[in-house]
Amino acid sequence: MNPGTLKQILLITDGCSNQGEDPVAMAALARESGITVNVIGVMEQDTIDEQGMKEIEGIAMSGGGVSQVVYAQSLSQTVQMVTRKAMTQTLQGVVNRELQQILGGSKTVEDLPPEQRGEVMEVVDELGETVKLEVLVLVDTSASMKHKLPTVKEALLDLSLSLNARSGNNQFGVFVFPGKKNDVEKLLDWTPHLESLTSIFPKLTTGGITPTGPAIREALTYFKKKRSLRGLLSRDDEQYFEESM
Amino acid sequence: MMNSTLKNLCRFVPGTIIIGKWHQNRYTILKELGSGANGIVYLAQFHNQKVAIKMSDNGMSITSEVNVLKSFAKVQGSSLGPSLIDVDDWVVKNHNISFYVMEYIAGPDFLSFISQKGKGWTEVLILQLLSDLHTLHEKGWVFGDLKPENLIVMGPPPRIRCIDVGGTTIQGRAIKEFTEFYDRGYWGLGSRKAEPTYDLFAVAMIIINTEYPKRFNKTSGGMNQLREQIRQKTALHKYERILTNALQGRYQSAQEMRMDLLNCMNSQTSPAQSSVTKRQTRPTVTQTRQAYRKKKGGWVETFLIIMVVSFLYFFYIYSQV
Ligand SMILES: Nc1ncnc2c1ncn2[C@@H]1O[C@H](COP(=O)(O)OP(=O)(O)OP(=O)(O)O)[C@@H](O)[C@H]1O
Ligand SMILES: [Mg+2]
Repeated sequence: MNPGTLKQILLITDGCSNQGEDPVAMAALARESGITVNVIGVMEQDTIDEQGMKEIEGIAMSGGGVSQVVYAQSLSQTVQMVTRKAMTQTLQGVVNRELQQILGGSKTVEDLPPEQRGEVMEVVDELGETVKLEVLVLVDTSASMKHKLPTVKEALLDLSLSLNARSGNNQFGVFVFPGKKNDVEKLLDWTPHLESLTSIFPKLTTGGITPTGPAIREALTYFKKKRSLRGLLSRDDEQYFEESM
Repeated sequence: MMNSTLKNLCRFVPGTIIIGKWHQNRYTILKELGSGANGIVYLAQFHNQKVAIKMSDNGMSITSEVNVLKSFAKVQGSSLGPSLIDVDDWVVKNHNISFYVMEYIAGPDFLSFISQKGKGWTEVLILQLLSDLHTLHEKGWVFGDLKPENLIVMGPPPRIRCIDVGGTTIQGRAIKEFTEFYDRGYWGLGSRKAEPTYDLFAVAMIIINTEYPKRFNKTSGGMNQLREQIRQKTALHKYERILTNALQGRYQSAQEMRMDLLNCMNSQTSPAQSSVTKRQTRPTVTQTRQAYRKKKGGWVETFLIIMVVSFLYFFYIYSQV
């Protein structure tokens, strides 16, 4: 079974967008292009406002991903958990489609008796360990996020630690919004290691606006760029993957 | 940190009756035992036995844990994890809730037990835990989310048992679930690959945890901070070497760490040393501390120190009269 490469956008924000396209629509667009959008809402001691909460859930829902609102202190554990959960969810979807072809109709894993689910789960587990993963991290650097950024950096390094324990290949990219000149700014190009963030992150300046929608749109094009660039290379890899399954 | 929707979905009052869709078994909820990232666990009545039921709206995590428990069941005469009784779905309010039924392990968790029964139990329980981990590692697993909350002491006689196999991972893969304080990756002391050394790191942190029941925050991280935390607690000094070894991944197996702990305890009960440490009257505090540091010095020194200590002791008593 070949699920190809899993593509995820990980949005880290603390509230409401206030500029450009509707982020919920942009997330739906991402989903249509086969990219999952996960959202993590970072709270202070006070709770996040209702509207922000709604937006966070809305983006993840239409982006086919997972959302979670947390206090800054527990960010690291949440980031890796959300990413993993979304991976499993996507892989389960892939496996379900495969099952439907075999069993016919609209059967999913849940329709199987519990005794038979085990083997399906083993396949999902195995895929989760070996599948190629691309995560584009979108960090909200609007003024209110300023003092949470060191924690965000820690959480991203931690994510890289978790995912690099897998045997599958990882690629990470990091965008921040708003950027210095544009709505969105690329901070880190596709790389298997996020460690290089350490030197860049503290230099960030934070602005007032929060263009979440445009940020997601920009992130989408970035996945496409990558695909066309690496077209030849990845074809080789995929062949190998198919044979090995 | 479970989703609020899941929490509400799986909240049931005592007396609720669960009937499985596939096997038609009937369980009566008695009370909630606890909840966590993956679901809620209830105590329930099944015929005339008490059982624990873990339920979640995420069928995947239930199936995954069931896989682990089934594999544990194949290990003869072992007590790895609770034994599995049933797996089923329950349709309630148009929702499908997956659940599994397991042996109810009655007893306090590790830290509560130690605080009730005394620190003297730490070694016994850790030795039991290390044997279980050894078996588990031999079978190709790593427990993963090892922490005091996931260790229940049943009995009497007291016997430690691991619950919550949500983090249990096949060796060589990425650890499925962990808790920061017990995770070597968090402290910058290793990867999150499932290896026996990963669990042994957590065992060391659990021992340290007995002296810091509220845990502590990461400051500088790494060996420097952990070594310092150990040094700050006198009760941990006797384990210092073992802890440092485990924290740095120097034990190849749980068995090796277990043997080392056993040896360390046996050497501790030698009569000469206990006679030194017992004399803790006020004027001799500095003397005993020196004696502690020079533990390896041999009999002559020990003898001299006892002489000095006794002399000062008599002198002290004399001056009181
Ligand atoms: N077999 C059992 N017997 C007795 N108590 C149990 C049993 N299983 C679970 N519990 C209780 O329920 C609590 C939650 O269970 P468990 O750890 O399996 O849930 P979880 O959702 O995986 O939590 P987390 O992953 O956050 O630790 C445990 O801390 C324990 O107190
Ligand atoms: Mg638990």
